[in-house]
Amino acid sequence: MKKQKRLAGLTQLLVPLIALLALVLFNLIRDPGFFSVEMVANNNGDPVLKGNLISILNGASELAILAMGMTLVTAASGGQDISVGALATISASVFIKVLRGGGAIGVGTILLGFLLSCLVAMAFGAFNGTLVSVFRIQPMIATLILYTCGRSVAYWINGGASPTVDSPIVTALGGFIPGVPVPTPVLIVIAVGILFALAFRLTSLGLYMQTVGINQGAARLNGINAVGMKLLAFIILGACCSVAGIIGASRLSMVNHEQLLLDIEMDAILAVAIGGNSLGGGKFRMTGSIIGAYVIQALTTTLYAMKVPSTDIKAYKALVIILLVVIGSPVVKQKVSHLWAGIRARRAGKEAA
Amino acid sequence: MTTGTKNLRRREPLTDTQLLVTITVCIFFAMYAAAMLIWGGGFLRPQKVFDLLNDNAYLLIIACGLTTVMICGGIDISVGGVTSLVAMSCVAHMNNGGSVFTGALLALGIGLAFGAVMGYLVAYLEIQPFIVSLAGMFFARGMTTIISVDPIKNANEGFAGLMKTKIEIPWLGYTARNGNLIPARMEIGVVVALVIMVIFLVLLRKTKLGRSFYALGGNQQSALMLGVNVRRTRFLAHLLSGLLAGIAGFVFLMHTGAGNASNAAGAEMNAIASSIIGGTLLSGGVGNVLGTFFGVMTLSTIKSIVVTSGLRDPWWQSITTGAMLCFFILLQSVVLSRRGRHKAHLPAWLRGGAGKQNA
Repeated sequence: MKKQKRLAGLTQLLVPLIALLALVLFNLIRDPGFFSVEMVANNNGDPVLKGNLISILNGASELAILAMGMTLVTAASGGQDISVGALATISASVFIKVLRGGGAIGVGTILLGFLLSCLVAMAFGAFNGTLVSVFRIQPMIATLILYTCGRSVAYWINGGASPTVDSPIVTALGGFIPGVPVPTPVLIVIAVGILFALAFRLTSLGLYMQTVGINQGAARLNGINAVGMKLLAFIILGACCSVAGIIGASRLSMVNHEQLLLDIEMDAILAVAIGGNSLGGGKFRMTGSIIGAYVIQALTTTLYAMKVPSTDIKAYKALVIILLVVIGSPVVKQKVSHLWAGIRARRAGKEAA
Repeated sequence: MTTGTKNLRRREPLTDTQLLVTITVCIFFAMYAAAMLIWGGGFLRPQKVFDLLNDNAYLLIIACGLTTVMICGGIDISVGGVTSLVAMSCVAHMNNGGSVFTGALLALGIGLAFGAVMGYLVAYLEIQPFIVSLAGMFFARGMTTIISVDPIKNANEGFAGLMKTKIEIPWLGYTARNGNLIPARMEIGVVVALVIMVIFLVLLRKTKLGRSFYALGGNQQSALMLGVNVRRTRFLAHLLSGLLAGIAGFVFLMHTGAGNASNAAGAEMNAIASSIIGGTLLSGGVGNVLGTFFGVMTLSTIKSIVVTSGLRDPWWQSITTGAMLCFFILLQSVVLSRRGRHKAHLPAWLRGGAGKQNA
């Protein structure tokens, strides 16, 4: 029984894993040295890892963090948050504003900035969550509000400019900590992943979220605070947005309200879908979403390596997405399994004859 | 008593958005009247209304298609991308020796192709419409930049003539300072948009197909049991939406006269917002093209008011749009939940009274 359950879980991960594998094989055939990783000294003279593999892992950091939060929101509310990019930009603006507040930038200032931006993002998340849980508005519609005005709010916080900060700590946050060869964003993703894993292991958070998503009424009758759970999912996503926004801003040491994490909400939802999770809520596997995020980034990096102009990437990405969702669609799966059963029956008939 | 029930039955609307549409219409007129009183000037001239229509004809066309898809319980976020792709490919085609007629055919063809492929994926392969149309949007936007990264200006004389052709309505004009009468001007695109709106109004209300859209969105299982061909209906909804996006692309080009990679940026979300303000629910089964029209007008009037009122900082336009959207969404939620509660708890005679008040 337990084995069967595990198998069922694995088939869900099959499509994203195969997609990732196919991308890796494609790249290896095209260029055997694609995934070679080497140690080079960066501008500060510290040894750091460099290579396409590292740039995939590094580049997908924001997406992976947002995909984790998005999985929870999708599971609990049965809808998606399309305001994550805008919210991440707002929190990045708050972060940069605190850093520019005056004085030297130390670890304390960074922590204060992180806390404040996290609080702001969680407040906005709570706003979205309240609309969804208390007022029962579909998540996509509720978050459309922040999607429409979020980037403008960030612009307003910036006072109509794209502020920059100049601090080795911020550079380290978006690049490399001296002495550590692994990019810091990758470490942050691992930390966030461990936090989520611990939360699922030690509390019933995951189970509750699923229950609310599968049947809200039944969840309530079982003593689960359905409204609170949905709200919590959005607040957690808010915190994820804050972390992703800070990583994004630290990479360039500045906030550009129009360009920062542009269209990432679409990619995050895509990561959740590629990971085999139903966008209608209910059961979820966070591992799938994380793999989905890396699939998207691997695809982007591959296309860049093939010298596809950055503006054209979307068209090719769309084709791969369609291919993935067609393979993953239940109707196609059913047809294939019918076909397979037919072949097996015919073979069995032949053997019997 | 019998006449009372008869009246009630006759008044029973196809969907329960009548109230929401009424509120939107009232707010639109109130807002416009307030703008006339406070800022006067441009708002007092009928040309202002025509300007709003001229600028948003393409949005109205898109929103009609999107409303249809939303009534079916789906979503199509590719419409903005398709509009942009159509505008770009039409201008490229017409500049390279194509005629206006083949350009228009190309627009319809691209729209139909997008609608058909996405409709097939959504209806027959049962893939989530959000993901399918997201891929459609990516593909359309990507193709736009593959055709050209730089803006292309129209150089086709026939099309330039079509762009310049404007319908003049002298009696709605105004007299300029030098004494000349400047008639109100309306572009051809507006006529196209209004005709499409009327067609969809009739299609949704009076035809079998339109009714099956509502049935499908209201409850797929019941629709199936009533004998609605669920898959074909859903396919047709997406096909129509694609077709309208194609037409919208052509109309957009008639308005701007140039293809640009950032054409119709954010149009899909504006169209969704217009539909919602007009009382269409994303959950399906509820909606109305007339409401969508007022949604488009409300949204564009707010933007115009913000500019006129002197809030010229670039962020105010979208912040006020967001606040307005928030207001309408909350209003809908409250109205719908209150109505539901009335139905559930109040006795029949009280409900009748409430209904009369609402009407």
